[in-house]
Amino acid sequence: MTVTSFKGGIHPPEKKELSAHKPITGASPPARLVIPLIQHIGAPCKPVVKVRESVKKGDVIGAPTGFVSAPVHSSVSGTVVAIGEFPTATGKLVPSVTVENDFKEEWAILSDNPDYMSLSPDEMREKIRAAGIVGLGGAAFPSIVKLSPPKEKPIDTVIINGAECEPYLTADYRLMLERAVDVISGLRIIMKVLGVERGFVGIEDNKPRAIHAIAKAVEGLPSIRVCTLPTKYPQGAEKMLIKTITGREVPPRALPMDVRVVVHNVGTACAIFEAVRFGKPLIERVVTVTGEGVREPKNLLAKVGTLISQLIADCGGLREDTAKVIAGGPMMGFALPSLDVPVTKGTSGIVAMTAGSIAHAESFEPCIRCGRCIDRCPMGLMPSMLSIYAEKGFYEGAKDYGLFDCFECGCCTFACPSKRPIVQLIRLAKSQVKP
Amino acid sequence: MNDPLIVSVSPHIRSDVTTARIMWSVSASLFPATLMGAYFFGPRAVITVALSILSAVLCEHLYQKALKRRSTVGDGSAFLTGLLLGLTLPPVVPFYVPVIGSFVAIIVTKQLFGGLGFNIFNPALIGRAFLLVSFPKLMTSWREPASAFLLFDARTTATPLGILKEQGYEKLVEVFGDRLTLYSELLIGHRGGSIGETSGIALLIGAAFLLCRRYITWHIPLSFLGTAAFMAWVFGGKGALFSGDPLLHLLSGGMLIGAWFMATDYVTSPSLKSGQIVFGCGCGFLTMLIRLKGGYPEGVMFAILIMNAFAPLIDRKFHPRTFGAKKQKSGGVP
Repeated sequence: MTVTSFKGGIHPPEKKELSAHKPITGASPPARLVIPLIQHIGAPCKPVVKVRESVKKGDVIGAPTGFVSAPVHSSVSGTVVAIGEFPTATGKLVPSVTVENDFKEEWAILSDNPDYMSLSPDEMREKIRAAGIVGLGGAAFPSIVKLSPPKEKPIDTVIINGAECEPYLTADYRLMLERAVDVISGLRIIMKVLGVERGFVGIEDNKPRAIHAIAKAVEGLPSIRVCTLPTKYPQGAEKMLIKTITGREVPPRALPMDVRVVVHNVGTACAIFEAVRFGKPLIERVVTVTGEGVREPKNLLAKVGTLISQLIADCGGLREDTAKVIAGGPMMGFALPSLDVPVTKGTSGIVAMTAGSIAHAESFEPCIRCGRCIDRCPMGLMPSMLSIYAEKGFYEGAKDYGLFDCFECGCCTFACPSKRPIVQLIRLAKSQVKP
Repeated sequence: MNDPLIVSVSPHIRSDVTTARIMWSVSASLFPATLMGAYFFGPRAVITVALSILSAVLCEHLYQKALKRRSTVGDGSAFLTGLLLGLTLPPVVPFYVPVIGSFVAIIVTKQLFGGLGFNIFNPALIGRAFLLVSFPKLMTSWREPASAFLLFDARTTATPLGILKEQGYEKLVEVFGDRLTLYSELLIGHRGGSIGETSGIALLIGAAFLLCRRYITWHIPLSFLGTAAFMAWVFGGKGALFSGDPLLHLLSGGMLIGAWFMATDYVTSPSLKSGQIVFGCGCGFLTMLIRLKGGYPEGVMFAILIMNAFAPLIDRKFHPRTFGAKKQKSGGVP
């Protein structure tokens, strides 16, 4: 199934060849893990363990304090040695639990369900909630919320997001290649939970092997189709993905469920399968460690709480000319001030960039009104005007140009020939006014 | 590893297209037209263009130095303005003419309004308009193109549009021999006119380069030329409607250089494709209005300048449709 894409978008250098051919391998087990109690969008968790308490792999260490939240589990067996604030990838200090690994890998008791497809939707939901699953594409929105739509919002389509449109990242690609059947099992669980008869897996056409692997896994399943997407950033953004596959447009400020669609990432589908099948909580994820600055790029299965510096050490360390290290992809990821921050559920990749491969503009020039940003904006906004308004401090005026419809994909800023920090100015304006 | 690491907000990669690259590419795309101008009009034309460029770059540099600002001559925009102005001048003018034109273009039209990105009007065209009204005689005395490069003493002649205005279509065809010769001479550039405007083929090569590199799009030039051709066909004939010669109008005067290189200036044209089509149609309409009904034989310059003034207004009226929004979001914006 081939489709036409959304309007706008960009074609940055893909750079996936650095790590695409590397099978997923386990990261070396860390001696000490720092597990943040906020790894998701929503209410923070409160710690339910004490210092010096021993924990098993999969034990709950942070309990959710609201519906839009997700429990946090210990990724290893060992002893809690500290509970306190610790910096995360975004630079924020977050309450975290530090666990010392005893290297015994002793699991908490998990409930195995060989006949998992006969569970009721509510039983499945409970397992997914208890496993602390959040969106693994990067936004880390609690999956249970998306799987519990209100009655007045019927869902008719589930889409698994295998676009992986961010340059460099190959974690989802490797999952689709190596665990295609699990991804599809996860999709089938989601479809059963939502009572939906129509499922899609959307994959960009620059990943023919993944398309082939998933197509093979859905053979004999008429309700699930593989959808080949044109390779274009931000094809993996929820709204763009829904538009490309179903033709439906999510209205401004609305959610996918408002157009009867639920989207989950490839990694999330895998985690949902593991949670329902084995009762396994989300304590590890695939992290692509890549970039020109990494000596040996890899796709690592890393335990949540492993310090990023350890993952980089697993990949042979950084080259001398590394100038910037990003958590996530280069279009929407966060530049790390320190490498001693933990991998969280939302960490899809670590990209080390050399001085030659990053854009680091010391100054920028005035807008020459070339209109490139307007052509590229997938949301149909006028980023040039937004940036000019923000630059002048007219934040209220920026709202008339759809300030809060911007989801900060950065296409405008990538394309700007005057190297204006457009999306940065937009973020500034957003922080200064109410929607 | 750099210590400390660079920390900045996303995106962390940028395209390699810069303002300077665009400006220098547009300048390069005018090279064929400049070369043909040099071939047909000789060393004096080359000196005129060189003086125009030199004074434009110097004006920008000295102005910014005087105001203790960073000199932006490296971005190529002053060079391009000087080049465009030079190419729209008659081959033989006193040396002070391009200097004054560049001064008006760079200082008055561009820098006094705030520099690159803030000017309302196309600097090169304002420079030329200033010269036309200040030195009407100098600016309308044309030289016969000479195929020999070193011919200094060429005779004066009239432009095809001048002949058309004064003596009519039949006379124009008679001067060139027949219609086919007329078209081919216009295409090659063997005719009276400004230095860089005469060779249609050279201009189209440059335009094709810009289109391929995606530095310009078809929207403004084609709506400009299309409207002009349509009007020339409908109203351009003697007496009866639908008897004009659109090809003659497209290939003569400054139509091609104006549509492909002047009207497409980012700063002074609308940003949105839909607005650009309106802008282009307006340019084409006004050009033909001046050519057919006005006092001047040529109208491209004034047409583009008038539409430049409307560009901000057009930009205000045309907005892209916000993703997911029901209908066009027009109005309501300040």
